[in-house]
Order: sequence, then structure tokens, then C-alpha cells
Amino acid sequence: MKKFDKDRLILALGAPLLAIVAALVITSGVILTTGKDPFYAFYVMIDFGSKSDSQVWIINKAIPYYLAAVAVAIGFRMNLFNIGVDGQYRIAAFFAAVVGGSLTLPGIIQIPLVILVAMAVGAIWSSIAGLLKITRGIHEVVTTIMLNFIAASTIGFFLQDGRLAEKDGNLFHTPDIPASGRFFTIPTDPDPIYGTVVVAVLVGVAYWFVLGRTRFGFDLRTVGRSESAASASGVSVKRMVVTSMVLSGTIAGLVGMPTLLNASYNYGTDFPAGIGFTGIAIALLGRNHPVGMALGALLWGFLERTGTQLEFEEYAQEIVGVMQGVIVLCVVIAYEVVRRYGLRRQQRQVGEQLAAQARTSEKKAEVSA
Amino acid sequence: MRRVTKLAAAVTTTAALALTATACGESSTESAGKKDKGVGLAFDVGGRDDHSFNQAAARGVDKAKKELGVDFKEMTASNDETEADREQRITSLAKAGYNPVIGVGFDYGKSVNKIAKKFPDTTFGVVDSPSEGKNVAGLVFAEHEASYLAGVAAAKKTKTKEVGFIGGVNNALIQKFQAGFEQGVKETDPKVKVTSQYLYPTNTKGFNDPAAAKDKAKGMLDAGNDVIYSAAGQSGVGSIEEVSKQKGAWAIGVDSDQYNQPGLAKYKDAILTSAVKNVDVAVFDLVKSVEDKKPMKGTTSFDLKEDGVSLATSGGFIDDIQSDIDKAKKEIVDGKIKVKDTP
Repeated sequence: MKKFDKDRLILALGAPLLAIVAALVITSGVILTTGKDPFYAFYVMIDFGSKSDSQVWIINKAIPYYLAAVAVAIGFRMNLFNIGVDGQYRIAAFFAAVVGGSLTLPGIIQIPLVILVAMAVGAIWSSIAGLLKITRGIHEVVTTIMLNFIAASTIGFFLQDGRLAEKDGNLFHTPDIPASGRFFTIPTDPDPIYGTVVVAVLVGVAYWFVLGRTRFGFDLRTVGRSESAASASGVSVKRMVVTSMVLSGTIAGLVGMPTLLNASYNYGTDFPAGIGFTGIAIALLGRNHPVGMALGALLWGFLERTGTQLEFEEYAQEIVGVMQGVIVLCVVIAYEVVRRYGLRRQQRQVGEQLAAQARTSEKKAEVSA
Repeated sequence: MRRVTKLAAAVTTTAALALTATACGESSTESAGKKDKGVGLAFDVGGRDDHSFNQAAARGVDKAKKELGVDFKEMTASNDETEADREQRITSLAKAGYNPVIGVGFDYGKSVNKIAKKFPDTTFGVVDSPSEGKNVAGLVFAEHEASYLAGVAAAKKTKTKEVGFIGGVNNALIQKFQAGFEQGVKETDPKVKVTSQYLYPTNTKGFNDPAAAKDKAKGMLDAGNDVIYSAAGQSGVGSIEEVSKQKGAWAIGVDSDQYNQPGLAKYKDAILTSAVKNVDVAVFDLVKSVEDKKPMKGTTSFDLKEDGVSLATSGGFIDDIQSDIDKAKKEIVDGKIKVKDTP
């Protein structure tokens, strides 16, 4: 009886299409003002980005982005802004690297141990913000930002020769994780795909299942929609705040793992920073949806990969940064525009139906009179 | 609404898959052309116009272009980038046929040594990092020795008997500057107090955050330091600007002779001297060696002895203490003074 709704499909496609078209138009304008040809830029991006080594690069780059986005999204779903994913993943990766570098156990024990340490440290770090929120009412944005600085300084303190790190040329890094404690890779030509992509997929599935298919997920989303409604239905809001903060931090702890277990094998002064903030952008871009965020992470990787190539083709280096910002803005705005349009259309339809009903009942009344 | 997102996601996935599937198989290396195009230069954060470290390297290639007629291509690192980004940058320069390919800054150490293995016919160079491959030239400098001389100058010029050091990022490289400076001050005048601070514990943003350096310098000036030595790449500009506002205070520049930097002309009367690192000489030597078909190999150290590092005299502000500086320089060269490279 459910007939295929054509308007609904148009609405569904409308938002992403609108976002893409708007983003393309705006970035074209930006490129034009720098005196360059935007169409050639898009050609370069598509041509270079679709090469096989680019694809591998993009996937590898997207893994930590996706994990960071999921960590942020868990908070978003219940109206918590975990700005601290950045600090959480770095301090988690750091201590995981210290543990991993000081042990030589069989891989089957060591790898899970390193990952568990990372998750635990991330969870502890984020729980500080959660506890401060429920006991002292301090907003999580403030605490998580502060905790980012504390994390960076803590790492900076320990990451010195003679403390927890060793000196290697002009770098400091924790001792290398032995070969047995490294994650597998998926051989592709010319470079392998990180095996941690499996972790990202599992996290995505778990995120979808827990939030969408369990009572806990329902409670979490309820708190996000309306705290008073949630507590009226018997959900302890305080407990949910701490739990979701801890969950968010646990996933944040995984963000550093692709780099640590598949690429660098140690935490050094050159360990990537800032992925937590990229995660916020990607969660917005993917609208907290497990598949949407995966696409967002891949898009981000694609833009970064092709951005370097654009610089190589004499385009301004900042173009890609502008594109990333514009795309996120366009997506957020486009969805809002389409949502409001859909709402108005629905109201109009309902109004028309009601009017029609009223007319027929009037007619009936006339006939019977 | 849920249904809508799902549909949208499904449609975009299909589109994305269709797009990627068409180009599978060919890698970008295979489809790239290969001919000798000149020097490929990958800058550290801050880029060519940082008035300091990168600019020194840029002068090297500018000179090579003028004197040897070799072309060059520049690319610049951005903040928060990862090993993968650096590898890509080095790879794209190498595969496009640039030779030599030079990474400016120790952050390129790993990526240059790794990528060099894939391009055995290309010569690679990396500034501030040792060579680990047959076709890699590591260009390292004795920053601590030049910083020692800067310390001598600071100790002689301070009136408040308090001097400051600002490092961009607290890493092993910048600690060499700090160690040399502190030792130079102490051995010249034990009564002078040195305060050493860093802008960031680990983040390379410390090399292009002039605002942070400005704040740090202001704090140090307020605390009574009247000579401030900043080793922070582009950030140093902020510190120099702040110091120039206070009468009687001196800034000590780094890497390039910052008195002569056109971009810093406004503040040059506050620039006492600079601990110069002749990255330009090293880069030029490397380019020339490749042009002469005798490419440099292994790690080459540029120290005070062969003027790989030096203390600038532009402006003439240290003319009155030149004899002290020359004496210290001679003692370092002769090995009488051993300058520590860790604080």
C-alpha cells in the first residue's frame, strides 16, 4: 500500500546535490579569483585522485579520520560536544606506544593489549570531562579544550630523552614496537592498505548497531533530543553523560592506532596532531551517519591527496583548505534548507487535505439538507 | 528523515564506487613523465617567506638558478600534516623528474630516506637530518656553536643581566640552540640569568605562529629580560616585532641574517645579530654537485670551522664586542670549548 514517493526521492537527493553544486560553484569562484582555471583543477583532482596508489593513500588516510568522526558523533548524538578527541587520541596513542615499545610478547597478545591500553587511556581522559560536567556543571567544551592542552603538555614532558623517549637524530620518539606487535597490512600494489581498516569497519558497525538497535542507543538519542523527556521516562541523564563521554573517549583512543600499529610503530615528535578536529568536520559532513561519515572521511582523504597535486600544478596550497571548509558549510546549510522545504511542503499537503475534507463534508451536508 | 539519509548514502556510495572503479589499476607513478627538470624543493611549515629557515634554503636555489641556470619547483608543508603527506610531496617531486629533490627540515628525514629507495637514479637531500641511503645527502648543522656565540653577544649586551630564549617547538633540534645559547651566556658572564621557554611542546605549529611568539616575548620583556633569542622559524618574526617596541631591548635572529631581511626592515634596528645557519650554501652545494654529475652522498656536517654556521655582524651592533666573539669562535674551532648540544 506504500506507494513509491517521487517527491521524497527528490528531497533525499536534493540535499547532497545542492551541497555539491554549491561547493563546486563557490570553489570555482575562489580559484577564478586566484587567476587560475577551475575546470583544469577539477580535472587534475579526479585524474590524480583515481590512480591506484592515490586510492590506497586515501583509504589509509581516511581510517583515523573515520574513527575520530565516530568518536565525535557519539557525543553529537546526545548533544555533547567532545572537542577533546584530539587530546584523547594523542595521549592514548602515546601511552599505548610506551607500553607497546617496552614489551615483546607474541603479537596475538601484544596487539590487543596495546589497543586496550589506548582505549582505556582515551576513556579515562574523556571521563574527566564527563565527571566534571555532572558533578560541577562545567560545560564539556571548556573542559575538553583545556584537557587537550594538558594532554599535549603531558606528552611533551614525557617525550624527552631519558624520560619515556629516546633521541633519534633530531626526533624524540618512544621505543619502537617490535615487529611481532605490529598490525597486518593488506597487500596491494604499490603500497599496502593498513589492516586497521578492519578496526574502522567494526567500529562503524558497532556504532550503527548500538545507537540504532539497542535500548541504550535509544536512551542516548532521547537524552540528546530532550533531557527532561528522557529523565521523565526513567533515564538517568547524569549516567548517560558519563557513559557517552567514556564511549566517545574509548573510540578516540583508537584514532592513533592506524598510525602507531601500521606506519610509525612509535610515538614521536612527528606523530600526527589535529585529527580530532578533522573528526568534528567529518561528523558534521556525514551527519553522524555511519556510512555518511565513511564517505566524508574518504572525501577528506581525497581532497588532501589531490590538494598536494594541485599545489604541484601551481595552484595555491590553501585552495584545498578552502574547499574542505566550503563543503562542510554547504552540507550543513543544504540539509537545513531541504529540511525546512520538506517541512513546509508537508504542512501545505496536510493543509490541502484538510481543506479538501472540509469541502466534501460541506457538500455532503448540503446534499442531506 | 532517517530514510532520507539512508537513500542519500546509498546513492552516493554507488556513484563513488562507479567513479573509482573506472580508473583502477593504473598508478600515478606509471603515468608520469620523466625528464630532468631541475631542483625539487619541499619546504617546512612557514614556507619560502618565513624570513628565516626556509628562506635560507630558498636563497640557495635562487643562487643556483642564477649561477647554474637550473630551474626549480617549490612545495610547502602545511600544519598538522602527517608522514603520508610528506611522503606524497617528496614522491610527486621525484616522479616528475626533479633532481635533486630536497626536503627542508628534519621532519622530512624519514620520508626522504624512505622515498629515496624507490628512485635510485635521483639524488635526494634533507636539511637537518642524517642520510640513511646511498642517494641521500644529509645536510646537518652545528646550531649549538652559532648559538653559543649568540649567547656571548647576549651576555655582553644585557643591562638587566637577564636574557631569554624562545624555542618554537621543544624538540631535539631546537634544544641544540637552547643548549648552545645557555652555555655561551653562562661562560661569558655567570651572573646573567637565562630563561628558556618554548611555544609548543610538540606541535610544529610552533614554527609558524608569530602571535604566540609575540606573547611569549612580551612576557619575557615584562619579566625584565632585555635580550631575546628566538629559534622558531617564522614565529620569530612576532618576537622580533615585540622586542622592537621596547627601547633598549635586543632581539637575536636565527637561521638567516635577519637584519638584512627586507620583510623585517621595520624592526632591523632592534636586531642585535643573528645565529646564521648557511642552509643556502648547503643547498647550493648539493645542487651544484648534482649538476657536476658528482652528487653529494652521506651526511655532511656544516659547523663553525668551515663557516657552515656563523654569527651575523650586519648593523654593526656587535662591533664593540667583536673581539670577544672572535675569541670564543677560535676556542670552539680549536676544540678548547666543547659546546653541548643538549641542555
